[in-house]
Amino acid sequence: MHSGGIWGFILRRTLLGLLVLAIVSILVFAATQALPGDPARAILGRSATPQSLAALRAKLNLGQPVLQQYWNWVTGLLHGDLGNSLANQEPVSTYLRPLLINSAFLVFLSGIISIPLAIAIGVWGAVRRDKAFDVGSSLITMLLAAVPEFVVGIILVVLFATVVVQWLPAVTQVPPGGRPWDDMTGMVLPTATLVIAVTPYVARIMRASMIEVLESDYVEMARLKGLQENTVILRHALPNALGPTFQVIALNLAYLAGGVIIVEYVFNYPGIGGALVGGVTNRDLPVVQALAMLVAAFYVALNLMADIATILVTPRMRTTL
Amino acid sequence: MSVVSDVAITPEPESVRSTRRSGSVLRDALSLWRTRIGLVLMIALVLVASFGPFFAPYSPADFAGPPFTAPNSAAHLGTDYLGQDVLSRFLWGGREILVMAALATAFGLVFGTIIGMLAAYSRNWLDEVLMRAMDVILAFPQIMLALVAIATVGPKAWLIVLAVGLTTLPRVARVTRGAAQPIVERDFVAAAEALGVPRIRILGRELLPNIMSPLMVEMSLRLTYSIGLIAGLAFLGFATSSNGANWGTMINQNRIAVQAQPWGVIMPVLAIALLTVGTGLVGDGISRAAAGIDRGRSTG
Repeated sequence: MHSGGIWGFILRRTLLGLLVLAIVSILVFAATQALPGDPARAILGRSATPQSLAALRAKLNLGQPVLQQYWNWVTGLLHGDLGNSLANQEPVSTYLRPLLINSAFLVFLSGIISIPLAIAIGVWGAVRRDKAFDVGSSLITMLLAAVPEFVVGIILVVLFATVVVQWLPAVTQVPPGGRPWDDMTGMVLPTATLVIAVTPYVARIMRASMIEVLESDYVEMARLKGLQENTVILRHALPNALGPTFQVIALNLAYLAGGVIIVEYVFNYPGIGGALVGGVTNRDLPVVQALAMLVAAFYVALNLMADIATILVTPRMRTTL
Repeated sequence: MSVVSDVAITPEPESVRSTRRSGSVLRDALSLWRTRIGLVLMIALVLVASFGPFFAPYSPADFAGPPFTAPNSAAHLGTDYLGQDVLSRFLWGGREILVMAALATAFGLVFGTIIGMLAAYSRNWLDEVLMRAMDVILAFPQIMLALVAIATVGPKAWLIVLAVGLTTLPRVARVTRGAAQPIVERDFVAAAEALGVPRIRILGRELLPNIMSPLMVEMSLRLTYSIGLIAGLAFLGFATSSNGANWGTMINQNRIAVQAQPWGVIMPVLAIALLTVGTGLVGDGISRAAAGIDRGRSTG
């Protein structure tokens, strides 16, 4: 790697993250420009009248040069002004804020369950490699990781909310002005679906990273010195497994941010996933663009933090900077 | 070391280092029961999807009774939300998903492999530029990019294939690059270079055969995810036709009455679950075989 120490590394990674976001913003903006023919007509479809077309063109600033349009959009984004929703005329930020909080709560709840669970399964499987627990958990996680989230969700609905038993609500019902956590029974199935979807995948990566650590030279060395296995794992293996653990936590959250889109739709959960699907159906581009940028920023930030944290806790890597 | 790298359900990183030819890895994989079960599931579902329509008692949009009728002698699995025959729609419903998922996987695999090999082989600015470009695509969850594309152009089949293929591409490129990097340093590559073998032949004849086993693992893994993604998009209402016979669409259409008439949901759910489990098992079998060969070589 280049010189510059830890701060140089952090600076370089941050700049790279910002560069990725800038390119992403161009791509997301280009989505409006890519509409075949007149974007306003494409959005309004057959219901277009000359008046509504003119109004929409004005709203999308279609009269201005492309660069000017991009600049307006990006500066608006940076100021938290995401434009107005084409479907309900509300400012996108006002519309999305409560939904974002709801989604964040669902991701948080699924995260605090799935992260420790995935780490525990992965580490235990690696330490007891090829023993009964490892063989069993590897098989189950592999099978569960293959099944798409929405299929897991529907199976849970069939099992616990409709056909087999009716213990839990099949959809998250939120009265107007209420919050999904007012009635926690409605949270159970969406959270369980996300946990079942993300845990196996992350546990497998945790296991693989942990095996790599356990097979590494310094652990071998500690064993050869005659140290007790517990000491080897706690004093030598675990600190070096911290880096991979940060990566796994970030991966877990990133997966949840993607998974939440379709799982919210399954349970009619009032969050950004539902808003995104609605936005795509109605071709409400300001909403879609805002959510795409938001998720991309979340991804890039997660990536960045995980990489920095990994470098900070891994002595071996710090010295190669 | 980036987060979204998705080494995913491949269990052992060492599988990446396999240098054995693909044939022996496949043979070893076939001796594992999980690969065999996976293959049986895969073949069964592919057969249902390909030849099912020939056995369907009704055409998928035919009226077979009142909506959500329970199974009876006219409709063996009952009817759906419009009174169409569930069995017929189930038999028709796999084609679109399978064809689109296969095309998207092929697209991602071919271009991902080319980009990954080029990046590993060039070892210069090109490597950096290619992999940073991949980072841009990796800044979205796979489904997000597909949804942005659909919001722009509409749920066209070519667009969904392209979007899913495009999001598969960087994930394949990363694995390919990782697997190809140690090979590029090997003597036979230097020998070929010294002999003046053209670059494209070095990539195709020297590099590619040596990274076949991680690529085969990637193929089944990416196929698994593409099936889930394309079925998921159909479930969200983004299939090529709003009333097309498609397992994903069927689940969404019939889930409101799942309690009264569960078959319209259970059949497509089972089909997607068994198909993805099948491709997942095959991938796991291949990756185990590749890792096992490696371990055998390093100890003996």
